[in-house]
Formats: sequence, C-alpha cells, structure tokens
Amino acid sequence: MTVTDTETAARRITTAKAMAEGIGLEMRRDPDVFVMGEDVGAYGGIFGSTTDLFGEFGADRVIDTPISETGFIGAGIGAAVEGMRPVVELMFVDFYGVCMDQIDNNMAKIHYFSGGNVKVPMVLMTAAGGGYSDAGQHSQTLWGTFAHLPGMKVVVPSNPYDAKGLMISAIRDDNPVLYIFHKGVLGLGWMTNNPRATGHVPEDPYTVPIGKAAIAREGTDVTVATISLSVHRALDAADELEKEGISIEVLDLRSLVPLDREAILDSVRKTHRLLVVDEDYQSFGMTGEVITTAVEGAFDYLDAPPARIAIPDVPIPYSRVLEQFVLPDADKIVAGVKSLLTA
Amino acid sequence: MNQFNRLDSYKEMVRIRQYESRILQEYHADKQPAWDIGAGLIPGEMHLAAGQEPAAVGVCAHLKKGDAITAPHRPHHFALAHGVDMKAMTAEIYGRDSGLCRGKGGHMHLFDPENHFSCSGIIAQGYPVACGQAFAFKRRSTDNVAVAVAGEGAANQGAFHEALNLAALWSLPVIFVIEDNDWAISVPKSHSTATASNADRAAGYGIPGVRVENNDVEAIFEAAGAAVDRARAGEGPSLIEIHTLRLWGHFEGDAQAYRGAELETVDERDPIPRYAKSLVDLGELTEDQIVTIAAAADAEVDAAIQFAVSSPEPKPQDALLHVFA
Ligand SMILES: Cc1ncc(C[n+]2csc(CCOP(=O)(O)OP(=O)(O)O)c2C)c(N)n1
Repeated sequence: MTVTDTETAARRITTAKAMAEGIGLEMRRDPDVFVMGEDVGAYGGIFGSTTDLFGEFGADRVIDTPISETGFIGAGIGAAVEGMRPVVELMFVDFYGVCMDQIDNNMAKIHYFSGGNVKVPMVLMTAAGGGYSDAGQHSQTLWGTFAHLPGMKVVVPSNPYDAKGLMISAIRDDNPVLYIFHKGVLGLGWMTNNPRATGHVPEDPYTVPIGKAAIAREGTDVTVATISLSVHRALDAADELEKEGISIEVLDLRSLVPLDREAILDSVRKTHRLLVVDEDYQSFGMTGEVITTAVEGAFDYLDAPPARIAIPDVPIPYSRVLEQFVLPDADKIVAGVKSLLTA
Repeated sequence: MNQFNRLDSYKEMVRIRQYESRILQEYHADKQPAWDIGAGLIPGEMHLAAGQEPAAVGVCAHLKKGDAITAPHRPHHFALAHGVDMKAMTAEIYGRDSGLCRGKGGHMHLFDPENHFSCSGIIAQGYPVACGQAFAFKRRSTDNVAVAVAGEGAANQGAFHEALNLAALWSLPVIFVIEDNDWAISVPKSHSTATASNADRAAGYGIPGVRVENNDVEAIFEAAGAAVDRARAGEGPSLIEIHTLRLWGHFEGDAQAYRGAELETVDERDPIPRYAKSLVDLGELTEDQIVTIAAAADAEVDAAIQFAVSSPEPKPQDALLHVFA
C-alpha cells in the first residue's frame, strides 16, 4: 500500500462512505462485481452502504430487489458460482431468519460439499446493533451465530479505514464473506454523533487482511478484546481508566472468522488479564470463544480468571432504560477492568 | 353482513389520523436541534399509517370480539380500529411500564392478547401466524376469523405464499389484507412485483382475490364483508388488496426524494378530507361536526399521551424478566 498524496492523507470520511467507496472501486476494476438488495439503488442503502453507486453504475449493476431475501441471496449464490462477485445486502442482520437456509446451508457449505471444486466469491453485507431503541427485531448483532457455522468468513469493521480495506478484501476473497457493519460506527447523520465513525481514508484502493486483529490502543494492565462499536466504548473506557493510572490494551478483533487467536494470546501474555466485551448474546458466543482461546493458549500467564461483558441472554428490549441495561458501555467496561485488577 | 355506518367510519378515521398526527409531532418535538433517531421521549423507528385509515376502518368494521389481527411494522391504524387500548398502546410507544408490553416491545411489537392483536417488524411474519390463529378458531368451533395485514412489499416474501397455500389447503378462516401504498420504502411496486395486482395471485392458490381501488372506505367495507362472511361460514380464506396511500415517509426522518413528482399530489389524495366532503355533500356531516369530531379525537389522544408521559419507566433490571414463562 502506498499513499503519497498529502491531500489524500488528510481526507476524512465516514465508515458508511468508506464502505461504499470500497465497493465502487471494485466495481470499476471488475465488471463481475455488482450490488443487490433492498433500497440499495437510488436510496443508496438504508445505512448508506451504497451511497452514490447507483448514480455511477446504474440499475444494471446496483439492483433494487423485492423483499424476497431467500430469493435474492440465493440468486447471489447462483451468480457467484458462475464466477460473478455479488455484493448482496441484507438490510438488517436480524432479518436472517427469513433466508438462513441460503446463507448457512447453501452459501457457506457449497465449497466444502463440492470437495473444493465450487467457489462462492460473494459478499453478504448487513447492518447490526442497537442503542437507539429499535427493539428486538432490529437491534441484534448476531455475529456469533454466523461465526458458529463453518464455511463463511465473518468480518466486522469498527472504523472507516478498516471498513474500506476489509470491503475490498471481502470482494476479492474467493469465499463467502459476511460483512457486518454496526449502525453506530457508520457516521450516519441521523444517529447519535460518534466522532470515531469518521476518520482518515485514502482515496486509492487498498486492502486490510481478513483475519488480522488490530491493537486499537496499546496498554499494559488488562487486555480488552472486543469488536465493532464496543471497540469505541473500550477506547472511551481507556481514556477514563488512564486518569486513574490504569492502562488497558484494546484489541479490535476485526473478524470473528478467521479469529486472530495469536493476537489474543500475544496481548494476554503481555497484560496477564483479559476482559472480553461483546454486544452479542453472552452464552455460546464470541466471549466464550475468546476466553477459551486465552485459557487454552496462555493459561499460565493469566493472573485472574478472564471476565466478560455481553448481552445477558435476553432479547434486546425497546425501552431506553431497559436497553441500556443490557448493552455494554464504557462504564461497564471501566467497572469490569477494575474488578479484574482486584481479583 | 354488517351495515356500513358512514359517520362512525368517518369518526374512526379521524381518530386514527389525530393519533398519528400527534405521534408525529411528539416524535419530532424533542429530536432538536440535531435529529437523532434514538433521542427523545419516543425513540427508534416510527412508521405511521396516515393515509391508510380507510383500510383499517373498512376491514375492522366487520370484526367482533375474539377475531384476530396480525399487523406489520406500520400497525397503529389497525390496532386502534380493532380496539387496542389507546392509553396502553401509547405508553408502550413511550417505553413505559404501564405499556401494553411493559416497554419491551415498542411500536413494532404491540401484543394485546385480549383483542388477539399483534404486530411485527419482520416483513410478512404475521401471515402464517394468522393461519395458526384461524386454525385454533376452527378447531374450537368458533366462528372467529383472523386477519393478516401487510404491505404490497410483503407479498413478495416466501411466508406470504406459504401462508396462502396453507390457508387455502386447510380452508382456514383467514382474510389476507394487502395494503398497497405503492411503495416499499423507496421501491415502487412496479420494480418489485411482476404482476400489477396481488389479487391475481390469489387465483394461484384457488381462493378469491379482489383489488379495491381509490382508498375508498365504503368499497373496502364491501370487499371485507364478503371475505369475513365467507370465513365465518367456514368457506375458507380470501385475499383483498387495497390501493391506499402512504401520506408521509416510510419512517419518520425519511426525506422521500425518491418519490419525485408523485409526492406533490399526495395531499390531494388524502382520503379523509375527501370523505368528509362526500359526507357533507350527502348531508350526513356538517362543518360543525367536522370540528367537534376532530376535537373529541384530540382530547382522547391528549389523554393517552398524558397517561404515557406520566407513567413510570420500567426498572432497568426488569430487562431480565420474561424471557421464559
Ligand atoms: C424480512 C424483512 N425484510 C426487510 C425488512 C425491512 N423493511 C421494513 S418495512 C419495508 C418495506 C415494506 O413495504 P410494504 O410491505 O409495502 O409496507 P409499507 O412499509 O409500505 O407499509 C422493508 C423492506 C423487514 N423489516 N423484514
């Protein structure tokens, strides 16, 4: 990757714009790339993931679909096995219920079932996450559910730079990639302002490798391993804790499949304490997997039992006070870190 | 079949409109100066049904105690017309402990077992559920019916087609109501649906299908009457597609740029002033009554909002309750 232009270096855009830009660059490069989904055309995607693409590429390559997720996700699979590179949008990840057969039993399994003979180079992108009272059918993250099922990569960017680079990697990947973007990291004008959702993004194409975690902030006392919007919450917590002389290392996992287990182990070997933060349901999910990784690979380094903060196995409630009670936030992370240090 | 009551129907449409108008106002009131979907006393997505009142009023006029409705993400008009308590529903929309669902469900997840009313944010999710409710009514030898409501966009979801076949196969007392408001968010029907009328699709399942034009409450009443009578008589399901109007955005905050010139004529097509005028012309409504009917509706809505805002919020830890029975 070479970015030399100083104007480019200064350019700051939102995560949503960065995703759309990544798709647009690949569409220019490769005529087999196309986009389909609900309201991805003139509207530009409900969450802006296809902003300006319709204007540039037109209705043949940026296709509004009926509300027929099984139909158009299945069609994406078909186009992919014929060698095209579809980028298909499932508007909210919560809607997976109407199309999970195509995602799990088809998209994710074809390569294996075919003995490696058939590739499915498709990106399924989808919005996730809560925090704005959209209730239990529009606020889930569910990445752990998909990560549990073999055969699809699961990418979850937390910032604009990664969003673009991971999108380009996802489109070029020969495997099905589920690309989950949290609504709270997108920089949407109609959601609570989040300064971390805007950042430097080079104009040129570049890739961010899928399966490599990033250290979002270096620290020495506790590793906070997390993903997506919770990375922002952890960074906020780090600022707070720093005032009290506590240094946390924030590890942005960036993808669940593949999971960068080495990065988890490296950080835990350094800090000796692990807190995992996840905006997904607690049981049978990411927090358990990351902690198991640490216990299996760095047991002797741990000075305290690893801890976790996640949704306490209830659907996401509507009312703000109820929802805030179940979501991870900076205060909970601060408290979690402190209790790990006194454990 | 029931007798159609023009004045009552007008009143009910006005009641719903006043409700939606006030929710619209309250929803935006405290999202200033920076509009934030999660802010204010009513946070989250808000899908209002202004313009679609004739569908709810024309259909629900035939329903009686024990009849069920499954509504979609745009549920208020059917909820109110079916007798869901306005205060409890409003308190739910305000996320209060006194709400229909104790603040857990919100505007897209209103559950009122007393009135067999429910709604859902997943497109077409209610269609098969209505079949199951109708199945229970039939097994228990009641003459109750289930009404499954959703937009024309929902008629392209698999669940819709599976439900139609089930209902036809088992001759269930279901009325499938499609509110065709021309748009599914930004996608016009012509870009989503290969047939112009969903009524034609009913034939594929061997059940009657009609399309009602013009958002006309009286014509809707007629069509729904035939379907409800047929269902109560044990003759099976029917489908009604109602050509209606989405007066406002898909959700609040929707700038609707995609609607283009069509948006300019929306107010002219508003069914309520049009119906008022026709009743005035018939001599069945006076200008004075128009004012008093609106005022009465306003007062009821005021009281509901008062009830909601003065109700306590749930206790945060109540989030952990009710996962299981
Ligand atoms: C399975 C599923 N897919 C997509 C959505 C997102 N969505 C919500 S409303 C809507 C449009 C619905 O259009 P229509 O059925 O015509 O009803 P209208 O909103 O016009 O009343 C869409 C696509 C959803 N809620 N569920």
